[in-house]
Formats: sequence, structure tokens, C-alpha cells
Amino acid sequence: MTTPDGSRPEALLSVDDLKVRFSTEDGVVRAVEGVSFELRPGEILGIVGESGSGKSVTAQTMMGLTRSGNATIEGSVRFRGMDLVNASDEQLQGIRGREISMVFQDPMTSLNPVYRVGDQIVEAIQAHREIDDDEAKNRARELLESVGIPNAAKRVDDYPYQFSGGMRQRAMIAMALSLEPRILIADEPTTALDVTIQAQILALLQRLNQERDLAVILITHDLGVIAEVTDRVLVMYAGQIVEEGSLEEIFYDPQHPYTWGLMGSLTRLDQPPPDRLPNIAGAPPSLLAPPTGCRFRPRCPHAFEKCPEQPDLEVRLPQATGHADRCWLDPSDKKRLREVEGRIGLQAPPAPVGAGRGS
Amino acid sequence: MEGMGRFIIRRLIGMVAVLFAISVMVFLIFNVIPNSDPAQRIGGKNADQALIDRINDEWGFNDPLPEQYVTMMKNVFTGDLVSYQNQRDVVDQIEKGIPVTFSLCIGAAILWMLTAIVFGYLSAIKAGQATDRALTILALIGISLPVFFLGEMLLYYVAFKLSLFPVGDYVKFTEDPLQWANHLILPWFTLAVLFIGFYSRLLRSNMLDVMDEDYVRTARAKGLPERQVRLKHVLRLSLIPIVTLFGLDFGAVIGGGAILTETVYNLPGVGQYAGQAVASLDLPPLIGVTLFGAFFIVLLNTLVDIVYAYLDPRIRLGTQAA
Repeated sequence: MTTPDGSRPEALLSVDDLKVRFSTEDGVVRAVEGVSFELRPGEILGIVGESGSGKSVTAQTMMGLTRSGNATIEGSVRFRGMDLVNASDEQLQGIRGREISMVFQDPMTSLNPVYRVGDQIVEAIQAHREIDDDEAKNRARELLESVGIPNAAKRVDDYPYQFSGGMRQRAMIAMALSLEPRILIADEPTTALDVTIQAQILALLQRLNQERDLAVILITHDLGVIAEVTDRVLVMYAGQIVEEGSLEEIFYDPQHPYTWGLMGSLTRLDQPPPDRLPNIAGAPPSLLAPPTGCRFRPRCPHAFEKCPEQPDLEVRLPQATGHADRCWLDPSDKKRLREVEGRIGLQAPPAPVGAGRGS
Repeated sequence: MEGMGRFIIRRLIGMVAVLFAISVMVFLIFNVIPNSDPAQRIGGKNADQALIDRINDEWGFNDPLPEQYVTMMKNVFTGDLVSYQNQRDVVDQIEKGIPVTFSLCIGAAILWMLTAIVFGYLSAIKAGQATDRALTILALIGISLPVFFLGEMLLYYVAFKLSLFPVGDYVKFTEDPLQWANHLILPWFTLAVLFIGFYSRLLRSNMLDVMDEDYVRTARAKGLPERQVRLKHVLRLSLIPIVTLFGLDFGAVIGGGAILTETVYNLPGVGQYAGQAVASLDLPPLIGVTLFGAFFIVLLNTLVDIVYAYLDPRIRLGTQAA
């Protein structure tokens, strides 16, 4: 973040220059390269990007879930004065579930198949609070009720396989909320669910956000999900944030060509269907050897001589404060360049310029 | 648990069928093996043709094979089955051997399960580190050591040269529990080594697989202590296939896998009896010990399926629906 003005509410969580690398047999994978952002109390922050852009790694690193022998983590994640990157395992255990909770993508595999759903919630509660089994189980039942599981008193004794996908995700959310955390990180919480269930889960997240003032980080590759519930959006590409702004700024005045591409790939109900769905030509770069300079350069039709130089994430629009991006193009040219057939989009693929391009 | 009742009945019927098939096969194989003429064995080396004929007549060896089979099976169930070699009662002999074989097998099984779980667990949580490598090498040595070789080596060096343990033989538990254990330590170890190696490797790879599961990440994200994550979520799930395998192997060990160990350490169990029966091509004991072994293998198989349903709730639906 480049605009530290004092007027904003104090950040609940601030991530500063986070770098995550994994050494693998093929070399070092630079999964996250210098991600910085803040989460403010009570907001829903969306992180959007395609698979492999570093969204999930960023989220999991915040809770120390990517720690392992082959991971190198640099930068800081500050939560209430504590740096979670350098916190001890015991300190992190105290934070996980109690202060920051996480809901994962696939509810079918995220619950342990051999334990009752209620017992798994009880386990979470008892990991942080000294309460007896009956009380914890009561609490589990209440939680299941509060996320809309019908007949919760009976369902609390069910095994995960007896739950549908949507119910399992509700149960995961109930578990994540069991200790009234301040932050909920939802990593693609609706990707594995069908659309009606998806809407219910999003409505649930929104309700919890409003009722409990719960700050939510919502990670998704689905712009529709982003549009529905988030206040602020980070667009990630190849391990970096390429654009950051309010929901309106990102959707109505996107500054980065990658964001244009994402917008352009949306099908719209208010316009006649296109012959062919637009896509962003090429493939995301390998994180083993990401392109130098702007990482979107090999796929960008608007690349010019400045692009081999790495652009920082900074505010480039004259009047904006929180709307930042990583693109060298002149903001005044962008309005014209992003216009494709009357809507925002990315132009036809660039002529071949060098390595790193897909078909 | 109506489904469970039906399931057990179905398995019992299957068990009878398997035992029948095995008995027929052993009987037939015996009858086509050269040099297995029972009259010759009963009559002894110097028996003349008249004696042989009389024995064949008396024991019914000239009857058609199905008839002989029926007679033999009748004897099995009435407990009248006697050896051709020495006319001793087969069921008696097996009963005498059971406490020895059970002492050996149960002790070894406890040893191999506990050690394998500890080794496998350590290996998995230290994967790639020195502890893991050392345990891997140990496991491979254990898997590669034949029982007869390891048994003889231990007998010679540990029991005979160092005199740390008695050289073979068996003491009844009821006589002297301490001596019982003292006599069995080397056999237990010998029998268990192979399984320790095999099971610890299997547990290690199961655990490494389970560690990558989403629900393990969920457990960590809840803020559970790492130990609890490993024991309650990783180990618990990794043990399910091990328990299955254990049931099968334990049945197989009781049903014949201990033959070598019992022979090397001169333990008068069912395995040694089976070994002697094979050596002397003595059909009734062979049928007896084969049925005994097959019974335990099939029984343990059934038990495994029942236990499995309790270990993994997802299975229960299947049995109820069936």
C-alpha cells in the first residue's frame, strides 16, 4: 500500500511485502512475490485471480498453514501487534480458529470422514476453551442452527458423508465461527457448490459480516461472487497484486489490462451473447521463472517499451486514494485501450514477441 | 443393526464353503502326490505286500475317493481323525499345540503392531530426515531377513554364545509366566521382524498421504496442537488400512505362518506339528492343520470386515444398504 493516510480506520490485519517460495525438484516456485494489503474491521475483502496466482498461498500463509521444510516465507503479517510470519507454532495455534478462521474450497474433503460433524466442532471449541463436552456440544448445535442446518439437534451427530455439499460448507462455516473470530478467510468457499447453494453461502457470509462485524477475506476466481458481496478487491496475477481498489473502482474503472481481461471474459446477460467467449490469450507464466518486469507483459496486447521494467503497485490515477495498480500505461490512455466492442475487455492477442507465450 | 446380522450370516456361509473347498483340494493334492501311499506309511519300511493289502482293506484306502473323503471329514468332526504315521489323534495334537501357537502369535502380533506404529509414525513425521532414513534401512533389513536365518542367528549368538535367553523350547504360562516370556522373547522378535518392517513402511506412506488431506489442514486451521492433529486426524485415518491388513496377516500367521519360527525354536505348536506332517506326508494331520489354518484366516477376515465398519463410518451405510 502506498497511501498511508491517517484517516482510515486502523487495519485489523496488515500484510506487508509477503513473499512465499517453495523449493521443489524443478526449482524454486515463487508463489507469492511481495504482496501487501490491509484488512479493515468489518469489511469484506475479495481476492480474485486465476488458479496459481497465489491467492490461496497468501491466505494460508497468513495462518501459518504453508509452513514446511521447503517453504521460505518473508515479509510480515501483523495481527493485533503480533507478526504471524515469525510467531511460534504455539502462538499461531492460539490465533487459528479463535482470532482468524478459515473455510476451504472443497467441503467434501475438508471435514474428517470418520468423526461426527458435531464432534469436529466440539474439537475446535475445546482446543481454545475449557468447557465440558455437553456444553460444547450444545454450542455446536446452536452453531449449526445459526448457519441454517435444519434439524440441527439431530444433525450434530451425523457423519460428514450424511451431509450434502452445501450443508458441509455450512458446517465448515459453523466450525470456523465457533470461537467468534474477528477474521474469516474463505478460500473459494463456493467453487465446489452449485449456483443456488453458492448464493445461500454468500448470503450467509454477508449476514455474518453484518451481524457480527466479522471481517472476511473472500478468495475466488469468480468475479460474480466478488461483485455480489465484497467491499474492496485485490486482483492477483502470478503471485503479485496487480490492482487494488473498491468494488466500484475495479468493476467500472479497471486500470490493469489483466483486470480488463477478466472483465472481458465475463458473459453478460444484458448484452447479446458473443459468438465465442472472450478469453485472455496465452497461459499464466510459470512461477519457477516468472517474466521480468511486468508479469503480464507476455500476454498483454498493450505492452510497450517501459514494460520490461517492474511496475510497483501504486496509485496512478490523479484523484484516487485507494485505487492502485501495476501498469505503466498512462491512465488517460487506458479508457480508450480497454474499450473492446463497447465494453471493457482485452484486445486480440499480441503478435508474438518472445518467450513465455502459450498458444 | 439388522444389516450387520445378515452380513455375519452371509460371511458364515461363505466360511463353510471356503473350508469345504480347501479340504477337498488338500485331499485331492495328497492323492496325486507320488510316494504318498498311506498303507506304505502305516505298514512301515519292511511291510510285505500281504500286509499292505490288509491295511488298504482295513483303512478303506481302496474305496473310491469321494467315499474316502467323506469318511475322513466324518472323522474330523467326530474327533476320530488319527495320523497314518503314528496313529495319534489329530485333534488332540492340534489342541495341545494351540496354547503354544497362540502364545507365540499373539505376543508377536502385539510386538509388531506396537513397534510398527511407533516406527511408522516417527518415520512419517520426520520424513526425509535422518530418523526416517535410519528407520527405512532397518525396515528394509527386517523385510529382507528370512525367518529361518534370523532365528538361527539369534539362537546361536544371543541364546547360545551370549546365553541371554534359553535356547529354544517352551514353558507353559501356567507353570511359570516369567520363564514362559523368557523362552518366547526371541521367537516373538523373529516372527515380528518381517511385519514390523512391512507395516512401518506402510504406515509411513499412509500417513504421508493423509497429511496432504484437506481435513488435516482443517484440523490445523482450527488451532489444534500439532500432536493432536497427528494422532487424532493423521494417525487414526492411516491406521484403517493397517488394521485390515493386520487381521489378514494375523490369521495367516496363526494358520501356518509360524511354522518356521516354531520349528527353529522347537516350540511344540500347531506350526511345528504341521511341519512334521508335511515332512512325513501324513494326510490326516495335514487336513487337520490346513482346516485349522483356513478357519482362522477366514475368521479373521470376517472380523476385519466387522471392525472396519466401526473404524470407518462410511462403510456402515454400505452394509445397511446391502
